[in-house]
Amino acid sequence: MSQESLLLKNARVIDPFSKTDAIGSVLVNKGEVSFFSQDQELPTASQEIELSGKWLVPGLIDMHVHLREPGEEYKETIVSGAKAAVAGGFTAIACMPNTTPPTDNQQAVTLILQKAAQADAKIYPVGTISKGIQGSEIAEFGEMQEAGAVAFSDDGRPVSNSQLMRRAMEYGLNYGATLISHSEELSLCHKGAMNEGNWSTRLGLRGIPRAAEEIAVYRDLALANYTGCPLHLAHISTKESVSLIRRAKKKGWPVTSETAPHYFSLTEEAIGQYDTYAKMNPPLRTQEDVDAIKEGLKDGTIDVIATDHAPHSDLEKTLEFDMAANGIIGLETAVSLTLNLVREEIISAAKMVELLSMNPAKILGVDGGKLFEGGAADITVIDPERTYTYTRENVVSKSKNSPFLDWDFTGKSVLTIVAGRVVFNDL
Amino acid sequence: MTTHRFQHKHVISLRDFSPEDIDLVLQVAESFKEISTRSIKKVPTLRGKTIINLFFEPSTRTKLSFEIAAKRMSADTFNISASTSSAKKGESLVDTARNLEAMNPDIIIIRHSSSGVPYLLANNIKSSIINAGDGTHEHPSQALLDMMTVKENKGTLAGLKVAIIGDITHSRVAHSNIIGFSKMGADVHVAGPSTLIPPGIEKIGATPHLSINNAVKDADVVMALRIQKERQEDPLFPSLREYATFFGVSRKTLQFAKPDALVMHPGPINRGIEMTADIADGSQSVILEQVTNGVAIRMALLYLIMGGEGGA
Ligand SMILES: [Zn+2]
Repeated sequence: MSQESLLLKNARVIDPFSKTDAIGSVLVNKGEVSFFSQDQELPTASQEIELSGKWLVPGLIDMHVHLREPGEEYKETIVSGAKAAVAGGFTAIACMPNTTPPTDNQQAVTLILQKAAQADAKIYPVGTISKGIQGSEIAEFGEMQEAGAVAFSDDGRPVSNSQLMRRAMEYGLNYGATLISHSEELSLCHKGAMNEGNWSTRLGLRGIPRAAEEIAVYRDLALANYTGCPLHLAHISTKESVSLIRRAKKKGWPVTSETAPHYFSLTEEAIGQYDTYAKMNPPLRTQEDVDAIKEGLKDGTIDVIATDHAPHSDLEKTLEFDMAANGIIGLETAVSLTLNLVREEIISAAKMVELLSMNPAKILGVDGGKLFEGGAADITVIDPERTYTYTRENVVSKSKNSPFLDWDFTGKSVLTIVAGRVVFNDL
Repeated sequence: MTTHRFQHKHVISLRDFSPEDIDLVLQVAESFKEISTRSIKKVPTLRGKTIINLFFEPSTRTKLSFEIAAKRMSADTFNISASTSSAKKGESLVDTARNLEAMNPDIIIIRHSSSGVPYLLANNIKSSIINAGDGTHEHPSQALLDMMTVKENKGTLAGLKVAIIGDITHSRVAHSNIIGFSKMGADVHVAGPSTLIPPGIEKIGATPHLSINNAVKDADVVMALRIQKERQEDPLFPSLREYATFFGVSRKTLQFAKPDALVMHPGPINRGIEMTADIADGSQSVILEQVTNGVAIRMALLYLIMGGEGGA
């Protein structure tokens, strides 16, 4: 940690945890973060940065990221993914365990954390629910948790066997584990390449019906209610999933949920003429779903915006649409896309910080998600007015598979501070 | 003869064609059809042009039809039967296409089991691309030859009722025909097992029916589609016998259509399943005309793509 003190001056300081939303200055000194209002006298610091017109918020946390290390380092490594993260304003990321081999044991978790020491962002490993993501035996939650795993998920695939999911939830209770579910009824999605509807008909592509997600969402909700295990539903994409979760929350079931920026920013029409950069799972849906996702973000049904950052090279993407890999990168565009919701007045700036920082910290049980008292000196500065074009050349991630290439944006992250150290500066 | 100019570099989807484009292709095809009746069935129009038939799916009819069309225009043709499994050996489709490009082909005619592949080629190489059938997306030359056949028999396409019966979901022929016929002012109706009628077919331009008799009622054209006996892991209908009984086109079905309705099929037919033999070979059937017109349509497409003018 830096021994120097850093004074961040005259920003709009937004911290939903302490219910702060005021113009002021923030001093970062030996890992302690303190606030000075406009009429307070400012302390001296070894470094000062003027931030008028910018937002200063607790470091953003992306709880759904696929780093490709170990196994597919040509797509992304822990270090390169962390670079993309801090460029996008994320000070911490949770990495999904579907690497090769998967993160399904203590040593695999330890290995990630060793590599993470070189990374600009904090890395929180997620362990698998089942050994080898095979869906038949529960992985060693206790040992992985001791090594540093923050949650468990077979993400990339669902846990198809309901008995295994139920046992994993029951067993997870001993460790206070949170299970992150990729909810999908696979028998409805055989070789599906996009949302099923008139666009899949038009393009002659096998469809994935919305029901495939909704059936699985309900199963996982029912099991969470039955077992009492905290369940976090990953990448929610449909209108009915939102209403199922809303109902479950009303009944007090132990559930949280997330969506990704593409599910509130794009519809299936983004596939256009078979653009594989718009292919992911769950697939892009319809305008009706986009509207429902926005409503879910607004009313708190959806707790988190996470990117599902899924790097692939052109070897996996410049292919026949039905053979191309699922997934898009997302770390560098999440802030800009979420700012669109703030400008549309669907959510407030404070709500944006809850969705991108406070709530993921709470769900994963990690430090951060707040600026003061245990905020870990992780800070993100956002310029809501900065305009830029996101081009292929600008992409920091090793992979370039974004449907947002060449989009013009207003607003981006401009300064990222991890543990008191400036790791990204685009002021 | 029209003065409309054909502006397309590729023939991938009939969605890109205006009614004037379709009219022009049909007119040019009619004028080429005459060549096929000559004793020397060859014109020098495409001498020196290189055409590659790149077929990733087995096909005798379409490949032969394109090959005959190219040879009658004096083009140099090369047939490449590739397998989609070559992708598993590390060579991607784009690699294959770039290798072919080294031969400087003017036109690549592509058939592939994945929808959208012609666009992938068009985006990565310089040649003109003709879609000879991509997955369950489109088969534009087949729809054009179907429209030509109907127009020859009925004098027009506008105002006709066209009924397409069978597996609409997996039929690229049906998709291109729905787009083409509805662009030309025909009224397209479809019927088949509901498992084979895709969602949103109305948005593509066809009215779906549960009963084939309703679809066929007062139709000018009745087209049956080839039914695939098995589709992996997708239980679509219980048996071919039940399919034939409820969705096969028979004399009984035709009673609901206009008395002079044309009977069509893109081939090859499973006689007794999609259509009874007496209908397939009966007086209302134009199935063999479809094959003849196929060559003329493909000659017209090759010619127009290479910059040929309307009055061929
Ligand atoms: Zn997933």
